[in-house]
Amino acid sequence: MALPAHAGRIETIWYYTFRVICGLIFFFLIAPIVIIVPLSFNAEPFFTFTPEMLALDPAGYSFEWYKDFFTDANWQGAVQNSFIIAIFSTLVSTSLGTIAALGLSRAEMPAKTVVMGILISPMIVPLIISAAGMFFFYTDIGLASTHLGVILAHAALATPFVVITVTATLVGFDHSLTRAAATLGASPVTTFFRVIVPLILPGVISGALFAFVTSFDEVVVVKFVGSYQQRTIPWAMFSGIREQISPTILAVATLLIVLSISLLATIELLRRRNERLRGMSPG
Amino acid sequence: MNTAADTVVPEKLVTADGTPLKVSLARARRRARNRALMLVAPLFLFILVTFFIPIFSMLFRSVENNIVPDTLHRTAVAIQGWDESGDEIPSEEVFEALHADFVEGYENKSIGQPGRRLNYEKPGFSSLFRKSGRRATKMEPPYKEAFIKVSKDWGDVAYWRVLKRESGNYTKAYYLSALDFSYDEEGNVMKNPGKESIYVTLFWRTMWMSMLITVLCLILAYPISYLLSTLPARTSNLLMILVLLPFWTSLLVRTSAWIAILQQEGVINDILVWFGFLADDNRLAMIHNQVGTIVAMVHVLLPFMVLPLYSVMKNIPPSYMRAARSLGANPFTAFVRVYMPNTVPGIGAGAILVFIISIGYYITPALVGGQSGTLISNYIAYHLESSLNWGLAAALGAILLGLVLALYLLYDRIVGIDNMKLG
Repeated sequence: MALPAHAGRIETIWYYTFRVICGLIFFFLIAPIVIIVPLSFNAEPFFTFTPEMLALDPAGYSFEWYKDFFTDANWQGAVQNSFIIAIFSTLVSTSLGTIAALGLSRAEMPAKTVVMGILISPMIVPLIISAAGMFFFYTDIGLASTHLGVILAHAALATPFVVITVTATLVGFDHSLTRAAATLGASPVTTFFRVIVPLILPGVISGALFAFVTSFDEVVVVKFVGSYQQRTIPWAMFSGIREQISPTILAVATLLIVLSISLLATIELLRRRNERLRGMSPG
Repeated sequence: MNTAADTVVPEKLVTADGTPLKVSLARARRRARNRALMLVAPLFLFILVTFFIPIFSMLFRSVENNIVPDTLHRTAVAIQGWDESGDEIPSEEVFEALHADFVEGYENKSIGQPGRRLNYEKPGFSSLFRKSGRRATKMEPPYKEAFIKVSKDWGDVAYWRVLKRESGNYTKAYYLSALDFSYDEEGNVMKNPGKESIYVTLFWRTMWMSMLITVLCLILAYPISYLLSTLPARTSNLLMILVLLPFWTSLLVRTSAWIAILQQEGVINDILVWFGFLADDNRLAMIHNQVGTIVAMVHVLLPFMVLPLYSVMKNIPPSYMRAARSLGANPFTAFVRVYMPNTVPGIGAGAILVFIISIGYYITPALVGGQSGTLISNYIAYHLESSLNWGLAAALGAILLGLVLALYLLYDRIVGIDNMKLG
């Protein structure tokens, strides 16, 4: 969208105004995330820039809040819980979701739209409603305040993302490959692991990443289905902000930003690999 | 020459083992269909148990009323013969049943539950049940006088009317209070006076704030989606990171960032004071109110608007605009009459996505919303955690669910479920 040579004065002015407006919107999107990083090195227990920080005085900065995060039992318990819950719910949702996506992408699958609608409904229902329902039901059957309860709840919330990403990968899947494997004598199980899995792996991994992030970032359901014993990082941040604000929250936030940057990079690499494998030009 | 006609043509086509081809084909199709169903079945059952049954259990909670008829089972039967339209309190027979229920309930320590349940309908029931439970074991007939001696509320027809109304297994009382209706002394359904109609006000506030957030997201997303879709791939991929990074960053991280920016000692106030636009003691209150909720939620939801808009704009051929220009349209007319109508599917998809997410939002308003910025979901959480009026929480949730499903059907009409894009 370069400015054409024949552009008039108004067009030229608009061209630059438009870019400035867009720049401001991008600034709005990214500034809050960038601002967190220096604030987390604050030497004072505030959520705000101190005069020493603005003067770039080394005394205004410290690793105190990172030290606090890595030594505090409350936060370390939260980290442990977050990983346990996210890993197990990712395993459950990825395996169930991938198998279901294989079924959904078959031409013989009856009532495809309806089934798809039902399977992705945990994504559409507002979290507070899912959380309320799970709170009632999991309390009745004794799963409330257990790790298993939170893992099952998170797996239910995450499966739609797996189903959607894996079905999208399967759109370009050539089903004659499985028939070819069968005529060459491979059992369905061998075909699955040696032919199907390598081809759909990028889709499965990005679905699993979506599932992991869904669970890792989720707080409403943990708050209602779980208790302090199941506290996750977002749970601890939520109650931290509500009770006593300390820059430790910002240190955790900075670490989470680093985590999301690496996730973003992984997904981008997978997307490129997938396009290359399918012979599409890299975008 | 007629070899083709001479060869024996069987009545029906058969496969190698002799079964008719039609039958064999139908069997193969059935088998393939069953195989597909078998693959979907595990997830289907999983979602059913972990997600749908909980939702149904919430819907059931919003109407179920077992506590009263279970604990006061004799009274619930005996009171059916009483005429609640008169001014007479029930007869001795009902009081006898009530006494038996109280003695049993006091032994099981369950007598407080119906008291708490009925207290939602008429304040005073809880203390009435507590007071009577302790003394019921020592009562002598006639029980009518004995109960009225414990508390003269037992002689008040109003209490008995509530007790009879809520003696069934199901109740519509939670939905009535969720929609700001209540019963008057005679048991007629009445709209609550303006000041007490908190939930309808809250539903309206949730609706208009979600609408405002959606419109703001659209206004901000449109220009950058347009820029992203027209820039060369290399530049636009780089700029896309600025949209995707917030999208992938934890919600709590972004909300705490807005607290750091908007609070009284926050970045914006500091800058304004630094430049002398504001006096130090006159800092702006931008958090714990509606401004805070709206700004933070627009930031959180903006990527959900950009991604569908971008994917639609990417597929609009640039030749459309050139054609419009060459036919004599000025840039503005070409944009409004040719480009914008082509982006309508993206606008619809993004708008309904953002609206549905914001209508059920909980975390951000709970942290930055304060009093005036809370939404309906915060009240659902309040009734679940603090007031423990689970029936009311379930009824509010059911109404919200109905709203969202209606919107979702609209979404399906406009863009279709299959077009859901995750970016």
